Amino acid sequence: MAETVDSTPCGALIIGGSAGSLDVLLEIFPALRKDIGFPIVLVVHRKASNESLLTDLLKSRTTLEVSEAEEKEFLSPGKVFIAPADYHMLIEEDQSISLDYSEKVNYSRPSIDVTFQSAAEVFREKLVCILLSGSNADGVEGLKSVNNFGGRVVIQNPNTAIMPYMPQQAVLNVEPHLILDSHDMADYINKLNG
Amino acid sequence: MISDAIDNEQVEILLNDVLESHGYDFLEYSHASIKRRIIRLYGLDNFVSFAEFRYTVKTDKQYFKRFLEEITVNVTEMFRDPSFYKSLRNDVLPVLGTYPFIRIWVAGCSTGEEAYSLAIVLKELNLLNKSLIYATDINPSVLDKAKKGMFPLNYLKQYSENYLQSGGLKDFSAYYTANYSLAKFDESLNSKMIFSTHNLVSDHSFNEFQLILCRNVLIYFDKDLQHKVFNLFDSSIEKLGYLALGSKESLEFWPKAKEYKRVKMEKIWRKL
Ligand SMILES: C[S@@+](CC[C@H](N)C(=O)[O-])C[C@H]1O[C@@H](n2cnc3c(N)ncnc32)[C@H](O)[C@@H]1O
Repeated sequence: MAETVDSTPCGALIIGGSAGSLDVLLEIFPALRKDIGFPIVLVVHRKASNESLLTDLLKSRTTLEVSEAEEKEFLSPGKVFIAPADYHMLIEEDQSISLDYSEKVNYSRPSIDVTFQSAAEVFREKLVCILLSGSNADGVEGLKSVNNFGGRVVIQNPNTAIMPYMPQQAVLNVEPHLILDSHDMADYINKLNG
Repeated sequence: MISDAIDNEQVEILLNDVLESHGYDFLEYSHASIKRRIIRLYGLDNFVSFAEFRYTVKTDKQYFKRFLEEITVNVTEMFRDPSFYKSLRNDVLPVLGTYPFIRIWVAGCSTGEEAYSLAIVLKELNLLNKSLIYATDINPSVLDKAKKGMFPLNYLKQYSENYLQSGGLKDFSAYYTANYSLAKFDESLNSKMIFSTHNLVSDHSFNEFQLILCRNVLIYFDKDLQHKVFNLFDSSIEKLGYLALGSKESLEFWPKAKEYKRVKMEKIWRKL
């Protein structure tokens, strides 16, 4: 069953994380293939003041092109787009990026829910969303939408998360396609078809 | 919030109704953002069906007022992006200070925090007396708040930090008096402000300015609409005047961008 679904092409991968997710990202990124055939979007909670820190850290650990998402920029395969600190990031029907400085959602901006939800309808069954470690429940509602539109929901095994609350909430409320240990994430991503 | 309560087609229907019945055109706003605002409002106000929501928006004038307030994003701050205000203080306003009179347009001013910040900088440069700030917004409710110049006291700590980072020279608390949970800003600041509704989508140029600020408004517009608004600003800025945008906005892809020169690293351009 899982195999037939996994042969569905991946139009976009979105990874959401909060407290404790940086370690996982730093483990995933060096191990990614150079020729990833889809865009990767990262929505990570952090302080507004650490603006470029995450981008710089990841840049130093991968050969993929990493940049902070620009307003109206188009998602393109093989590139990594980081939701800028203090803005929500939404995906438009034409796969361009809209930034939005509206109220925080789940005390967070960027909110993982917002990006997951807007991408769910755009990419439908071609969307893969991964939710990592964190200590609030942001992302859970978004994963529900991803499910509704036929996308794939992947959750970090809470036992391998530094902050298990966020993946735990996801596991309790959303039927995941997969629950993965942090060590298996890179391998999973490398096997997705563009 | 059920994120799929309203689909793309329904958004289109609703926005067409709004244009037809109330004269506000949101059809060229960034689709994903406005859809999210619509679904959020639908959930907040506990509508049970799209038909009911549609009917209310279309026919209930009082409710439409709320719709307008909630569909637009009004989040703002004083001295938001301190480095931007530093550049205004050091690079832009001193140049404008050589003119006999300074006209400034703050387009999409929301509840006024930006206009008051600007007035404070002008005052510290001894330019406020010869300045006039036109502060406009599509939404009359935010303008009513802006006129009062009262902002929630619990934000003032953040604002005063922003102010200091932006090169502010005074004790920030000298500019306001605390009144219960609100900080009331000095009347000398808004004595130089004119508040008025103005819709960037449908209203025309109404004056010529040496400086236009339109920050964090255009991110909600699609590319074509952004370019229309840039044309509107172009016809409203004097030669050698300045245009300031929000930190995620840019003139870059607008055909006439070549006629403007960027001021340092900030989102400020000077008309050549
Ligand atoms: C996020 S606020 C920006 C406030 C302030 N400029 C700042 O940067 O903090 C956006 C404002 O743009 C206004 N706005 C949205 N559409 C508009 C339009 N078509 N014409 C004029 N103002 C508009 C909204 O009502 C809102 O007050």
